[in-house]
Amino acid sequence: MTTQTIITDSFPKRFGRKLQAKWKSFILAVPYFWLLLFFLIPFFIVFKISLAESLIASPPFSSLLTWSDEGALQIRLLFENYAYLFEDDLYIRAYLNSVKVAFISTVICLLIGYPMAYGIVRANPTRRKILLILIILPFWTSFLLRVYAWMGILSDQGNLNNLLIWLGLIDEPIRMLYTQFAVYLGIVYSYLPFMILPLYANIEKLDWSLLEAASDLGAKPVSTFFTVTVPMTMPGIIAGSLLVFIPATGEYVIPDLLGGGNSLMIGKVLYNEFNNNHDWPVASAVAIALLILLVLPMMLYQRYQAKQTEAN
Amino acid sequence: MNKKSSTLVVSMLCFGLAFLYIPIFLLIFYSFNYSKIVPLWGGFSTRWYTKLFESPEVWDAVILSLKIALVNATFATMLGTLAGLAMVRFGRFKGRTLFSGMISAPLVMPEVITGLSLLLMFITLSDLIGWPADRGFSTITIAHITFSMAYVAVIIQSRLTGMDESIEEAAMDLGAKPFRVLTDITLPLLAPGMLAGWLLAFTLSLDDLVIASFVTGPGANTLPILIYSRIRLGLRPDINALATIIIITVSFGVMLAAWIMWRQEKQQMKDRQMIQADEVKMDNH
Repeated sequence: MTTQTIITDSFPKRFGRKLQAKWKSFILAVPYFWLLLFFLIPFFIVFKISLAESLIASPPFSSLLTWSDEGALQIRLLFENYAYLFEDDLYIRAYLNSVKVAFISTVICLLIGYPMAYGIVRANPTRRKILLILIILPFWTSFLLRVYAWMGILSDQGNLNNLLIWLGLIDEPIRMLYTQFAVYLGIVYSYLPFMILPLYANIEKLDWSLLEAASDLGAKPVSTFFTVTVPMTMPGIIAGSLLVFIPATGEYVIPDLLGGGNSLMIGKVLYNEFNNNHDWPVASAVAIALLILLVLPMMLYQRYQAKQTEAN
Repeated sequence: MNKKSSTLVVSMLCFGLAFLYIPIFLLIFYSFNYSKIVPLWGGFSTRWYTKLFESPEVWDAVILSLKIALVNATFATMLGTLAGLAMVRFGRFKGRTLFSGMISAPLVMPEVITGLSLLLMFITLSDLIGWPADRGFSTITIAHITFSMAYVAVIIQSRLTGMDESIEEAAMDLGAKPFRVLTDITLPLLAPGMLAGWLLAFTLSLDDLVIASFVTGPGANTLPILIYSRIRLGLRPDINALATIIIITVSFGVMLAAWIMWRQEKQQMKDRQMIQADEVKMDNH
């Protein structure tokens, strides 16, 4: 045990440490510089523009730094755009609705995904490989086209309405496309593989002897599941839920294509504010507010990722 | 697991897979529909495929998307591999927390935020230094590299942590310089991971709509942008035909990759068994 810890502790750094400084800094600097330039700095620009005034000009916002008549440098910061988000209840409603839709979709994904992941782990090795490919395959095929497929199913003359009429459950088509129901369906459908994969990775590592021990000691399957299986697979549950919840909160395509005009989600509001109303400062303020909302779950996810790498 | 819960798990699995696949099959089915109205069956026909191939717009979009995807995948693989190496093999370094945050954040960042922030960045840059003069191929490619490299870095990190380090150690003990260990041992061992990362970056780029529509300029339509502009107005059988071609191509690629990996794994198992058998023989002598 001790020799093993010494080896794993000391070695990984050895090759990295002895690498010449110039190569080391090259390997690190190239991706570091790229991410700083194209990932971090852009957020500061968004933040800067969110404090500017909307103008009908090119670019359509005011400069924060101006030279006054006396030649002094003036800084003008406007928090108006943020105040505006609170004044118009459209934004608050969109935020709350996005969180609600994302949360409920995450729970549904978990309820469908957990038994599926469990079933894959318990299948025999050959079947397990095939099932995994079947789960991963939709992830590689176009997201947009899979959402489009639901437009055909949910439309008034679509397959689902036809099926329900044929079964005699309804007499005439009910409206399903361009409703909130369609948005939930679309999100659960698109994000289900993101839930299943981390769950699978976690359930696979489960120590089955503990479950046997619990049942030997007289625990019922249901109580074993909730007192042993669920707590032990909690990291997978958290990772999968965050992978669904965070992007779903800012989702644009699904509410736009399946929810139509009725759906009020913050990603859509941001997109329209920018591309249709051309109000860059307000769009930036919406983006910053969304980011603040998601910073906590994102940090949680990052901590999980770091732990996962260490555990390996 | 008792019988009742096992039946529940299996039926959930079947239900889940049906839920994932029925829409895709229906999409393919209706691409062969003669009728112009998608959900009404009007007999078998391939006329939407013919119509699709006659449209120059579609061809332009396909070519632009493939060009972006190729350049993106190549650069994202290089940058992501470097990032993964730094994260796993460099121990602690200054700014590591920020670096690891910047690598994992693009995986979950809502696309509207990434798209907006990159567009504003490009506009600011073009005001300051005159580049990029117009938006299109180059801006979309840069945007795609930025989020794709994060996915590649994750794959490389997990490969590196799972890798047998004793080979690197042996090379060092035998006097190889650290840089040679990197180029002759670590990178070749990482090759399958890099290939997987390349393929993932390639598909992610082909798939992206939101970020591309933020950072594109007039006239530069990628395939998702073209599809989106058409389906916003309703169902179109020619899009079903296009979808069928894309889905079949991608599925074929994924299954081929899975089959190759599966065969490699089997070969490795065989090799290991042979080595073990040899060791047993030597012990007996």
